[in-house]
Amino acid sequence: MATAGPSKPGPISSLGDVAIYAVSVLGDFAIFTLQTFGWMFRRRPAPGTLMPSFYLVGVRSVPVVAITGMFIGMVMAVQMFNQFNKMGMATRLGSIINITIVRELGPVLAATMLAGRIGSAMAAELATMRVTEQVDALSCLGAHPLHYLVVPRLLACGLLIPLLTVMADFMGIMGGAFICTRLFGVEAHYYWAHTEYFVTMWDVSMGMIKAFFFGVSIALISCHRGLNSRPGAEGVGRSATEAFVASFVVILILDFFLAILLITLYDRFILQGMARSFF
Amino acid sequence: MTNTPPLISFQKLGMEFPQQRVLEGINLDIARGQTVVIVGESGCGKTVLLKLMIALLRPTTGSVTFDGKSLAELSDHDLTQQRLRFGFLFQGAALFDSLTVFDNVAFGLREQRRLNEAQVRDIVRQRLQEVGLPAAAELKKPAELSGGMKKRVGLARALALNPEVMLYDEPTTGLDPIMTDVINELILQVRQRNPVTSIVVTHEMKTVHKVAERVVMLYPLARLMPGANQILYDGPPSALNQSSDPRVHQFIEGQARERLQDLATVEPR
Repeated sequence: MATAGPSKPGPISSLGDVAIYAVSVLGDFAIFTLQTFGWMFRRRPAPGTLMPSFYLVGVRSVPVVAITGMFIGMVMAVQMFNQFNKMGMATRLGSIINITIVRELGPVLAATMLAGRIGSAMAAELATMRVTEQVDALSCLGAHPLHYLVVPRLLACGLLIPLLTVMADFMGIMGGAFICTRLFGVEAHYYWAHTEYFVTMWDVSMGMIKAFFFGVSIALISCHRGLNSRPGAEGVGRSATEAFVASFVVILILDFFLAILLITLYDRFILQGMARSFF
Repeated sequence: MTNTPPLISFQKLGMEFPQQRVLEGINLDIARGQTVVIVGESGCGKTVLLKLMIALLRPTTGSVTFDGKSLAELSDHDLTQQRLRFGFLFQGAALFDSLTVFDNVAFGLREQRRLNEAQVRDIVRQRLQEVGLPAAAELKKPAELSGGMKKRVGLARALALNPEVMLYDEPTTGLDPIMTDVINELILQVRQRNPVTSIVVTHEMKTVHKVAERVVMLYPLARLMPGANQILYDGPPSALNQSSDPRVHQFIEGQARERLQDLATVEPR
């Protein structure tokens, strides 16, 4: 005799479930973000919460960001030298390597490294606190988890990731210059002269503005995933993975839109302003 | 009979998680100063009920009233103020891993920003002394403590803010019989020292007989007939044995009975 078991959901129904889940997560994240910014201005951070976050995000990340930055510059020099040398434009390498580093690769790769190093660690730490009821204990003792846990991490990422990006840029520029001028024998004077001519403060600022948004995204996404962890070791591991994957995707998407926005701003206001003052 | 309004009141309370309904139609009043022990099988919603009392969870249906105020209608600030009237001893103690024992107990006091550091130190040392922890334990991290010590630090932390209501979530689970008795004694001492209302969630009958003035027994919703009351027993511990409900006797005597049939579904090879 046939028995009526639970019916298997069809593809439309499954798609609907996914859409509802995605919308609810996005809505929840938007509320979480607004509440976090609310707490940031409502009350100064709790004593003793800022320094550990700044130390973790800033000081502990210096080696990994420095190595990442240096090797980006060195790899770019190795990959580009032959092509540029064949065209007799080896001295132009300074401009192309350095502008690529300060505008794009420095901020994006530093942020990616930091999403892996800091974002996953933050998500795992908060997820463990959620699973072991430490987040509930905070609420019971009069501390709001967003104020106590998220705001210090957001400030640390928002303020220090742009500074770490400057260091990644510096190491990348030095790495590229070392390979080009010392290994491939490019004339140092022209290498740096072309760099000075093409790389402006706006390019460095553009990288730092991007890094600020990347930092804020990493902190918010990681803390959100951590505080919404599922129970158990599997839940903690999943939160850490989700935090990195979501941060990485958001960094790439943000990079695209920020590039368009910042280039438009540059063309509309800075370039036209310079042209007006020149003529 | 007095007409004093209850301190905590649940009205038609229901709680549902995405995969599971845990509580349904709970009506319960808890008077000021009473020590209520909530018992029941694992998964019957005891801890959920405790967390609903302090609004760590929001009920799906019904309401929770504390001191005449519905918790659902309070603003974030007012809710925080109400929560400070509670002390919560969590099942795993929930000590902050990154802080020392001293800083854990001082956490709530420092967060209030009303006392200077010398006053905080005095209160912390007094609370640690009350739960029988030596001064040498102050600088230890939670990872360096035994299960019983963690529970006692958790209790000291919960008591630091002089709560009106103490909530104990399985305070003796996982402890040896001697430490179980120590924790039970501490619950009694807290009640003798301060006029607190205590709500203890446990499945240890020893704790029930030692500390309870009133026992509430919950039954898992999944095993209940539709529409039946989830509270099997509500009365003094001395009358537990006189209950006419066989499920109450099954729990207090710790007998598997028909549950063994669940285990017998797989044939041995």
